[in-house]
Amino acid sequence: MINEQLQKIREEALRQISESEGLERLNDIRVSFLGKKGELTSILKSMKDVSPQDRPKVGQMVNETRQAIEQVLDQTKKQLESAARDAKLRAEVIDVTLPAKKNKVGHNHPNTIALEEVERIFTGMGYEVVEGPEVEKDYYNFEALNIPADHPAKDEQDTFYINGDLLLRTQTSSTQVHEMEKGRIPIKMIAPGRVFRADEVDATHSPSFHQVEGLVIDKDITFADLKGTLAEFARQLFGPETKTKFRPHHFPFTEPSAEMDVSCFKCGGKGCRFCKGEGWIEILGCGMVHPHVLEMSGIDPNEYTGFAFGVGLERIALLKYEIDDMRLLYENDVRFLNQF
Amino acid sequence: MNSSKSWIKAYVPELSCTDQEFFDAMTLSGTKTEGYTQLDKNLDRIVVGQIKEIAPHPDADKLVICQVDIGTETIQIVTGANNMKEGDKVPVVLDGGKVAGGHDGGPLPEDGIKIKAGKLRGVPSAGMMCSIEELGSTKDYYPDAPEEGLYILPADTEVGADAVEVLGLHDTVFEFEVTSNRVDCYSILGIAREASATFRLPFEAPKVVVKEEADGNAADMIEVEIKDTDLCSNYCARVAKDIKIAPSPEWMQRRLSSVGIRPINNLVDITNYVMMEYGQPMHAYDMSTIAGNRIVVKRASDGDTFITLDGQERKLDSEVLMICDGEKEVGIAGIMGGENSMITDSVDTVLFEAATFNGPNIRKSAKRVGLRTDASGLFEKGLDPANALDAINRACQLVEELGCGKVVPGVVQVGLPIKTLKRFSLEADRINKLLGTDISKDEMVEILKREEVGYDEKADEVIIPSFRQDLNQMCDIAEEVARFSGYDKIPTTLPKNSATTGGISFKMRVEKKAREIAQFCGFSQGYTYSFESPKVFDKLLLPQDAPERAAIKISNPLGEDFSIMRTISLNGMLTSLATNYNRRNKDVRLYEMGNIYIPKSLPLVELPDERMQFTLGFYGEGDFFTMKGAVEEFLDSVNMLDKISYDPKAGKTFLHPGRQAAIVYGDTVIGYLGEVHPAVCDNYDIGTRVYIAVLDMPYVVENASFDTIYTGIAKFPAVTRDISMVVPKEVLAGDIEKMIRQRAGRKLESLELFDIYEGAQIKPGFKSMAYSLTFRDKEKTMEDEEINAAMKKILNGLQSMNIELRS
Repeated sequence: MINEQLQKIREEALRQISESEGLERLNDIRVSFLGKKGELTSILKSMKDVSPQDRPKVGQMVNETRQAIEQVLDQTKKQLESAARDAKLRAEVIDVTLPAKKNKVGHNHPNTIALEEVERIFTGMGYEVVEGPEVEKDYYNFEALNIPADHPAKDEQDTFYINGDLLLRTQTSSTQVHEMEKGRIPIKMIAPGRVFRADEVDATHSPSFHQVEGLVIDKDITFADLKGTLAEFARQLFGPETKTKFRPHHFPFTEPSAEMDVSCFKCGGKGCRFCKGEGWIEILGCGMVHPHVLEMSGIDPNEYTGFAFGVGLERIALLKYEIDDMRLLYENDVRFLNQF
Repeated sequence: MNSSKSWIKAYVPELSCTDQEFFDAMTLSGTKTEGYTQLDKNLDRIVVGQIKEIAPHPDADKLVICQVDIGTETIQIVTGANNMKEGDKVPVVLDGGKVAGGHDGGPLPEDGIKIKAGKLRGVPSAGMMCSIEELGSTKDYYPDAPEEGLYILPADTEVGADAVEVLGLHDTVFEFEVTSNRVDCYSILGIAREASATFRLPFEAPKVVVKEEADGNAADMIEVEIKDTDLCSNYCARVAKDIKIAPSPEWMQRRLSSVGIRPINNLVDITNYVMMEYGQPMHAYDMSTIAGNRIVVKRASDGDTFITLDGQERKLDSEVLMICDGEKEVGIAGIMGGENSMITDSVDTVLFEAATFNGPNIRKSAKRVGLRTDASGLFEKGLDPANALDAINRACQLVEELGCGKVVPGVVQVGLPIKTLKRFSLEADRINKLLGTDISKDEMVEILKREEVGYDEKADEVIIPSFRQDLNQMCDIAEEVARFSGYDKIPTTLPKNSATTGGISFKMRVEKKAREIAQFCGFSQGYTYSFESPKVFDKLLLPQDAPERAAIKISNPLGEDFSIMRTISLNGMLTSLATNYNRRNKDVRLYEMGNIYIPKSLPLVELPDERMQFTLGFYGEGDFFTMKGAVEEFLDSVNMLDKISYDPKAGKTFLHPGRQAAIVYGDTVIGYLGEVHPAVCDNYDIGTRVYIAVLDMPYVVENASFDTIYTGIAKFPAVTRDISMVVPKEVLAGDIEKMIRQRAGRKLESLELFDIYEGAQIKPGFKSMAYSLTFRDKEKTMEDEEINAAMKKILNGLQSMNIELRS
């Protein structure tokens, strides 16, 4: 009798569950069968009419029924939940090709990017970055660099003068002298900064531009060390395959002096429009510090030797980014700057 | 410095390499070669032809039909030229050949012009007879060429021969970049000497012998006195008689034209030739114009004028050195001769001058006189005094060889004695130590010998030839050894000893942080010039007595727009923003990190104070507080924000009077920010609101720090109270906040303005403000009484500022 009743309840419950279409309805079904006032509970309540010896058996049957219903309820609940989430996800599909929402971050100037590259390479090799004044004494810009009054190089550089003694430095080499005068050896430094020459503004000239000077002074510094250091610099700046070529040149403050070419980093040295078919690009001037320059700054050339080099930042920036007009670097048009 | 390969080969006869090989090798040994031009690059299938017959063209008045013998056959050529006659020999380009240019002498096409057999007005023509222009040259360099028409070759030219060869055009002109220390290489001999050392081939200098076939003695004909020996160290004079002015021989004309010098006549060509060959400028005077048989070398007087041989009147001063005769000035020393002593075709006796003048003086004089010549360009480099005598003798030899005249025996030479040759120790070990090489002493000596640097084995000394004024000590010899043994042979190593730590300074770190923050806030980096126009001060509405107007002036600026060193960084920023605005770029944000230059006194006696300025500027999206936000992001990143306050009385004339603030750190003004005054925007043609901020970086660097100490994260709950109030308009939020912070005590964790409003519901002259105050105790949960007490103090404070609470 109870058995039949239970069977009926179970069938009825399962039927209702299978027909249910939402989580709410499922909950109603749970309450109506398993709740305090539910059908199964009412059967338990009628246990008092069952003989004591049958009670355990009936109890067990009720529990089995309850478990069966609960199991199906839970299963169905999970299915419904899963279906609901799937539906939600389907509704939330977006077009991932719509434009990104970017933070409007500013951009570095190409000069600064080039400078930071150079600084990174040399500080990695133990160089200190130092600065010197832009308005400079004639002595530091010329005389102490072996360019005495009446030296033709003084005219060649088209110097801006404030008066007879003060000028706008034409080269960051002046910072070398300040460092040497401090008398702390070894010296391993680079000196980036702004320099000035009386050149009219055009696509390849600017009356103010930037250089990075390098100086190493110690015992037993050789031309081979200069070559090795700058070859490493070139590889780090332009790529590990970069080759370097040193050509004899003349600077008043170094002897022997050289200019360094690097294999064209656009064509790898085969020759292209960029390197004018030569496969090589001139990058910097360098040399062994002239003994007279050491002497003037109070360093004994019999005890110490050193090398120096100077590289134009704009030159590197123009080359690396294929910028064809130097004026762009000083106009500050954001359509230009935002490319870097 | 240009030189043709054939001229170099005259002194290095065994030189045999391709043009490219020559270019590469010379560059690598230190004679930098800028490029080269092959004169026969686009000349192909051009032979000497002889015109056998000229007949009129049946259908064209301006054309003729020529039968031309080209050695192997006779071909028919139709031409429009009319300067030839039967029997003339001319360059003929055959079918399929090439010429360098058109007959009009216009720019030469890169690949030349192909010539094909064809018909001209119906008459077959198998080639073309050429003008000098079509061969890629000009009448300037081939003075015997006609104004217009075919180039007529000498009558003895072999028919059928290579006409390019006959014209000396199988040659290449190299362009060398000579460095300022190598004065000797501004000469063909100097270049040839380098080539000989580079290719390890014998060098053959010209053998100079002067026959001196004229009667008399130079010393009896001319007396030389150098009055200003500081400006002229050496003066050589020679005399030649029976001068016959005529064209110089073809070989000399060809050599001169190959280096860009126009042949004129034998005498002029000889002086030019020797100048190119020896690098020693020379001058020739008509002896009949030299009064008193005297040459005096002395300074001019201020205010003198002088007519140079180009007919121009030149203004002189007391630093210009002059060549004078017994009565008058006859030439500006080292620059140009005078019209009054100029050689004419009727000249009979010539006085040659080869002297050594002070380089810097010639350079400065040439600048002041406003006349820079080939000669002055050489003199200003400082010439070898020993060269003058060699050069003048060479010129006299050429006078004899060319049949130009007869040389009078004797040289008149006045001046300082030529110094003995420099000698110093070779120091092979030190050279190797400097270079990082292991080159034997023998090899060094061998290298040096090739460029005529001698070696005294006993004394272990090098002997420096006089033309190598650049060789003075060990390092100079090291360079010679290095460049001829090859820079590429030197090993590559890294410095061994120096253990250094390196890195960037604190100042640079702070600047780098500023750049980073600016970029995070959307500002892109600009670079502007350090010099600007003094008009900038007016554009920025600075009062006449503004300290910024005391700027350093450049004595030789590129123009007024670049004439003063900036004392304020705004002009560059505003100019850049204006550029962007005019180009219709939207929402532009820029910053610059650059120096201003503050003189300690004017006129400047000591170095100015160079102060790095961190300048930000923008227009478009955002307002004053956007800029303030960027400033605070930076100041926070260098741990300075806590002591920052803003003073609206910044006193900047170029900013909006009601929208500007001085940025104050403690008691020090470290910068300012604000909206740019609309009148200033007008001056820069910016039609929108612009906001700027400037931080004086030395102050920032002085107070910046990257040290942060962790404070515990609070465990106890915070209590928030809001205050809503009606505030007289002129009361500053900064003052309210300062009062609240003082009265709230240390447990006030944060104070945030969450609403500010002026308008309809608020009585005129007032604004509504609402703050949210958050209190927290690190040790315990705060009691209501404690907060109420703090709030009461704050409310009292507000009352004292005439602020009403809103319910």
